[in-house]
Amino acid sequence: MVVNCEEVWREVSNYLEGDVEPGLRAAMEEHFRACKHCTAVLDGTRNVIQLYGDERMFEVPLGFSQRLHHRLDEKMPGHRGNAFGWMVAAAAIVLIVGSFEVARSSVTSRPELRSEHAQPATHVPVSMMVVVSLDGKTFHTAGCSFIHHKTQLRTIPVSEALSEGYVPCMRCMRKFLSATVITSPHSQESEARIAE
Amino acid sequence: MPARAAALDNPAEKLDEEVLIRRIRDGELELFHQLIRPYESRVYSAAFAILRNQEDAEDAAQEAVLKAFKHIRQFRAEARFSTWLIQIAVNEARMRRRKQHAGVIEPIIDSPDEEGKYTPRDFADWREIPSETLERKEVREKLAEALASLGEKYREVFVLRDIEQLSIDETARSLGISSASVKTRLLRARLMLRDLLAPGLGGGWHSRLSFAKGNKPW
Repeated sequence: MVVNCEEVWREVSNYLEGDVEPGLRAAMEEHFRACKHCTAVLDGTRNVIQLYGDERMFEVPLGFSQRLHHRLDEKMPGHRGNAFGWMVAAAAIVLIVGSFEVARSSVTSRPELRSEHAQPATHVPVSMMVVVSLDGKTFHTAGCSFIHHKTQLRTIPVSEALSEGYVPCMRCMRKFLSATVITSPHSQESEARIAE
Repeated sequence: MPARAAALDNPAEKLDEEVLIRRIRDGELELFHQLIRPYESRVYSAAFAILRNQEDAEDAAQEAVLKAFKHIRQFRAEARFSTWLIQIAVNEARMRRRKQHAGVIEPIIDSPDEEGKYTPRDFADWREIPSETLERKEVREKLAEALASLGEKYREVFVLRDIEQLSIDETARSLGISSASVKTRLLRARLMLRDLLAPGLGGGWHSRLSFAKGNKPW
């Protein structure tokens, strides 16, 4: 039996499956020995099968298995069901909100001060509205004579001013500041410098 | 959870699949986790090869596993569990694809003449595959791209037979077509992929540049 190239191409896949009659197989092998093109087709096809059959071919997405088993868990009888799910969700929310609170409190208690010489205000009512300027370092009561950069003023609560790193004006905020701060020569100096 | 952990950790619990399935049917449902573990990535890749999108493939794979869990009693022992599971995944993926492409209708009746004849275009000598080839992400991507470019009917057959390693008959049953159709489609899929990949993987094999410059056949 003699086969031509076209017949070989038609059977090359079955040949690789081991799914051709012995007579045809022998004829094809004979053909491959003589035909470079058909050998290239055979080798290439074999390579295709080998490459795609490799389990490395498709990577599962990160966390795929965990998500899959988690969903499966939810279908198991005795799974704590929605109530449990809600509890987990609620706990998560509490944690998240809690972490925001912690973050916020850490910001208000230790803001990056705009004036490195100033002391943080600890006794100023946080909800009091104060005036700040964009380029300034201090917050003031409205009408304080030490407000500078008057073109870019904003009125915001003390809490916000603190979180943005503003420090209290040594003059108009004097009554809220601790004695040590007021008497600190550095603070006064810095405020005086700012005020000038 | 504790039952699952115990089943997985205890070497004495290395159960063969048949026993596992029997125990699951008898009520030890937690063992299902263990049953599917070896096949997870196959379920995913079957879905991915059909849907060509990670997110959809993961959804379909999850859904398939949940369906297998729900219908484990319907599984007949004469089939391999892996085959049954893959078939469910393929059905799930096909169903989703149909929904996605509700407007696009592929011809249901194949013309056997067209399937049977395929003339290779490229005769580049491509004999050796360096073992590290698949470690290269761009190679995997090119392979996935080439596969994605095949028509659906060729891709499905190729996926089931050559990626999922189902037999010709199992592939035929999964897709509801004859074994003869599987063979002709498989031939065409393999030859098309070879044509798509041979110049890149054979000729410019070691050169990243040949890919980067757009000097590629696909």
